[in-house]
Amino acid sequence: MHLLVCGGTGCRASESETIFHDLKTTIASKGLENEVQVITTGCFGFCEKGPIVKVMPDNTFYTRVTPADVTEIIEEHVIKGRKVTRLLYINPETQESVSDSKHMGFYRKQIRIALRNCGFIDPENIDEYIGRDGYQALGKCLTEMTPEQVIEMMKKSGLRGRGGGGFPAGLKWEITRASMADQKYVVCNADEGDPGAFMDRSILEGDPHSVIEAMAICGYCIDGSKGLVYIRAEYPLAIDRLKTAIGQAREYGLLGDNILGTGFSFDIELRYGAGAFVCGEETALIHSMEGLRGEPTVKPPFPSVSGYLGKPTNVNNVETFANVPVIINRGAEWFSSIGTEKSRGTKVFALAGKINNVGLIEVPMGISLREVIFEIGGGIKDGKKFKAVQTGGPSGGCLTAKHLDTPIDYDNLIAAGSMMGSGGMIVLDEDDCMVSIAKFYLDFTVEESCGKCAPCRIGNKRLIEILEKICKGNGTMEDLDNLRNLGQVIKDTSLCGLGQTSPNPVLSTMDNFYHEYLAHVVDKKCPSGQCKALLRYIIDAENCVGCTACARICPVNAISGERKGVHIVDQAVCIKCGACLEKCKFNAVFIK
Amino acid sequence: MASINIKLNIEKLGQLQAICKEFNNDKGELINVLHKAQHLFGYLPAEVQEVIAHELNTSAAHVYGVVTFYSFFTMTPKGEHPISICMGTACYVRGAEKVLDEFKRILKVKVGETTPDGQFSLSCLRCVGACGLAPVVLVGDKVFGRVAPDGVKDIIEEYSK
Repeated sequence: MHLLVCGGTGCRASESETIFHDLKTTIASKGLENEVQVITTGCFGFCEKGPIVKVMPDNTFYTRVTPADVTEIIEEHVIKGRKVTRLLYINPETQESVSDSKHMGFYRKQIRIALRNCGFIDPENIDEYIGRDGYQALGKCLTEMTPEQVIEMMKKSGLRGRGGGGFPAGLKWEITRASMADQKYVVCNADEGDPGAFMDRSILEGDPHSVIEAMAICGYCIDGSKGLVYIRAEYPLAIDRLKTAIGQAREYGLLGDNILGTGFSFDIELRYGAGAFVCGEETALIHSMEGLRGEPTVKPPFPSVSGYLGKPTNVNNVETFANVPVIINRGAEWFSSIGTEKSRGTKVFALAGKINNVGLIEVPMGISLREVIFEIGGGIKDGKKFKAVQTGGPSGGCLTAKHLDTPIDYDNLIAAGSMMGSGGMIVLDEDDCMVSIAKFYLDFTVEESCGKCAPCRIGNKRLIEILEKICKGNGTMEDLDNLRNLGQVIKDTSLCGLGQTSPNPVLSTMDNFYHEYLAHVVDKKCPSGQCKALLRYIIDAENCVGCTACARICPVNAISGERKGVHIVDQAVCIKCGACLEKCKFNAVFIK
Repeated sequence: MASINIKLNIEKLGQLQAICKEFNNDKGELINVLHKAQHLFGYLPAEVQEVIAHELNTSAAHVYGVVTFYSFFTMTPKGEHPISICMGTACYVRGAEKVLDEFKRILKVKVGETTPDGQFSLSCLRCVGACGLAPVVLVGDKVFGRVAPDGVKDIIEEYSK
């Protein structure tokens, strides 16, 4: 029997390390260490219900486990064979507990390729990776295939870059191979800066060897012997696990000189990011690796021709690499049979926001938004109404109820005014103000703009000033026109992908929720009650008993009225702090 | 260089030079050097940047340009208990802004500032990837999940002396 404990960042934040430790000591105290193994794994994906403990082989899935539950799990489940029902996942629709993960809606529609080992193996043990066909693909490439054959296979598989751009991976490898130089580099882009997306971190934490293996295969194909992983310094656990994995791979002769006796040499070093969103753009990333400010440069030349230190450099994203070994092992036909015509395979999405099942999912391309949100995601939190889903982060846009049945792939998302991006999916409900959401993303872009080109540096600043004006109730119809025109100019004239996509959250919310903009500008109202300046606190004359509690708590003396008489809020003085609403015991204060 | 040596104590200066040497005084490794230097000093004041520039044979302006470009590097010392509020989208839509406001109100500091007693500093960060626990607050390395505005007081009390 195996007890798998999630060791991802989310679950570790809720004491999963203590749970692991307690399980181990309790097992040992019962003398069961030969029969029962306790293993820390990577992320199971179901972060909402963490910490997760899974019991194999029967797939029992315990949720929200605490250290206090350890004894019961061992006494009841391990020793007596009875499941601890109160820790099982409860199906929110039927209110019945689900005995194993195979019957959970969250997992049923998923196909896990990039995440195949996350939550199954101990990421710090190379033998477990090898036990699940690990490094078999590398061996096959080095001994049975020429680089050209491997590239051909990658091209046939239809794998496209998972970092956002969607460029065909095989084609990129072919171009880098064709560039002649004495040294070439394989770079793994692990600078996951998109807020709300955490798939790359989970893969590196849960299955670091799959990325190492794929980078070596890429090195073989492009004829490069050096690999670099550019990783966020904010991901300490992923960095640790990757370092451990690289060390183990070297020990086993799977990295270093003369790998598997084939004469092929390849090794990997780490480079750390330092918190700059623009470094996800490949030219900016390369400058950052060279110790410079991470500013992008004009393409061409593409990194495949002239990249790190001026040498041909093949940059792929973590998730792209994680797909590679499986494609080699199972064949291009198998991979391309999944997904849609122009977007093959699967995509990992980070589901977050106002959704019941926050977590990491991997689904075949072409699945509908409805299936993702309502079947896998378990619907909207607190029974609220679905409003929109934001995909593609600060570069993307919003999809609304009318897009619920659109098959998700690269091209359809762009046609709908959004983009795939790295796979963040933030679900919004009726309480979210779309103007505020656009402002939130723009605030991010303004802060992260590297400042090199004027459209992005100055244009986005002007955009956010207009949005702030609108949220304060001072917007005009002319402002709405300006938003659109300026947004389009920024898109057309910015240097890199950051600027070219930064107005998307504004433009797409204007396309889909123009009535909300109008409400802010014409009626001076925020329909979802999020824009503070547009709220009005009002005292209901019928309910007010004149207790004076609100007048006494008001920090700016905006409330006046006699004792036992009806009180009134002076709107000109009110700062909308909400103290009166909280204080009133008679439900007399309300927001309009 | 004389003025620099006076401001930094000799022991720390030696450690800083050792860090530069560890990376072969290669200016291509500047970011790695800065990471280690910030770990050593807690922040990157001007005199530290000047020493690094000298050791890596580049200009102080170049080092300053890199330090100010990346949000991970800071030129102001942090509090004993650095508080970071996640402002990633998942946390934002689940009320991170209200949590931040409460920290600002209780600690009476703005984002990027440190309390006068040096106990707490307040900053925002972008997504720690624990979106299942949104909204998330970090104090040092410890993660607090599902933080509500009325839970802020307890977090501060836990660390107050």
